[in-house]
Amino acid sequence: MRGIEINGLSKRFDETLALDKVSLCFEPERIYGLLGRNGAGKSTLLNIITNRLFADEGSVTIDGMPALENEKAQRLVYLMSERDLYPPSMRVREAFDWSARFYPDFDGNYAHRAADAFGLNVTKPIKGLSTGYRSIFKCVVALSVNTPYVLLDEPVLGLDANHRELFYRMLIEKYSESPFTCVISTHLIEEVSSVVEGIVMLKQGRIIRDEGREALLASGYTVSGPKALVDEYLAGRTTIGADELGGLKTAYVLGKPEGAPQGLEIAPMDLQRLFIQLTNA
Amino acid sequence: MQLSDEKPIFLQIYEGIEDAIVSGAFQEEGQIPSITEFSVTYKINPATALKGVSLLVDEGILYKKRGVGMFVSRGARAQVRAKRRTQFYDRYVMQMLEEAKRLDISQEELKEMIARGYTHEGD
Repeated sequence: MRGIEINGLSKRFDETLALDKVSLCFEPERIYGLLGRNGAGKSTLLNIITNRLFADEGSVTIDGMPALENEKAQRLVYLMSERDLYPPSMRVREAFDWSARFYPDFDGNYAHRAADAFGLNVTKPIKGLSTGYRSIFKCVVALSVNTPYVLLDEPVLGLDANHRELFYRMLIEKYSESPFTCVISTHLIEEVSSVVEGIVMLKQGRIIRDEGREALLASGYTVSGPKALVDEYLAGRTTIGADELGGLKTAYVLGKPEGAPQGLEIAPMDLQRLFIQLTNA
Repeated sequence: MQLSDEKPIFLQIYEGIEDAIVSGAFQEEGQIPSITEFSVTYKINPATALKGVSLLVDEGILYKKRGVGMFVSRGARAQVRAKRRTQFYDRYVMQMLEEAKRLDISQEELKEMIARGYTHEGD
């Protein structure tokens, strides 16, 4: 197992450069958060890995095998995305059987148990499912395929808070039992923050961060207090953003804090705040 | 145990297990939940849970029984309490003094408050 290796990938849609020489590696048996604002290139990247889109430049290998039009490599990867690949009249349980034909390690018993846990009616046609249950159906398939690489593009779209929590728990349970590589592309950063081990941040088609969650969070901190004091403290330091409210200021600073100066409060930065500061404008 | 963004998650797992040992929720020579149980319950990456638990194994507070799971060492409660006592000054006293200074609370007033706290205990 060598992971999904992405080398100098570029993709242009008319005027927009959706991906700009992106290189990275999704290593085996790790959970990644793929973060970026709308249009940052997240879905494009996942679609190129799985041959639903084709790159203008660059290459992808899966466990060392070229991903491009290579069925052997593609069988190792499952992409759950907004686009449905199932015939709409197909019933949920038929779709399970259908998935088992493409993915030999698909666990039908697990799929039915998971459907039960979510309250998904397996006798319903897929087209008759609500938006939430359509997502749940796809989540259940993704949890049941047992491929070494599972890519999830906005997996919890339309799920209520209880179902989202259930999904993250089942994902972690599954991963604990037999680890696989999981890439979760999502806007719900706070929710996945504790679940993921690696973070890849895209901004306008380029990678701006690609590192472990802990290391990324330790790369910055916030300092707050009276504006004049904060400004004095910031001299000579790298700031990525700030919020002001009356005479109070909170600044987002890169680096490590060296002791709290009198009157200022130093606090860790959470992933969502860091993301917002790094991807603003 | 309630996780927050205040500090790294592995440290919260580490301190949460210590709290449970001090309070007696986890007994000496008793088995503690598995990495999977911690991860699923708190929706955290298993590597993070493992990191917190491994720190306690390194300190001898927990020990592994191969193929069985993780256990609380004999003497762990006293060990954690001793460690917490040495941290008490920095973690609580210094923080309290800082806030007291901001509010111009004198040493005498502070002593009085502490004495009051002791007499009201158990009300």
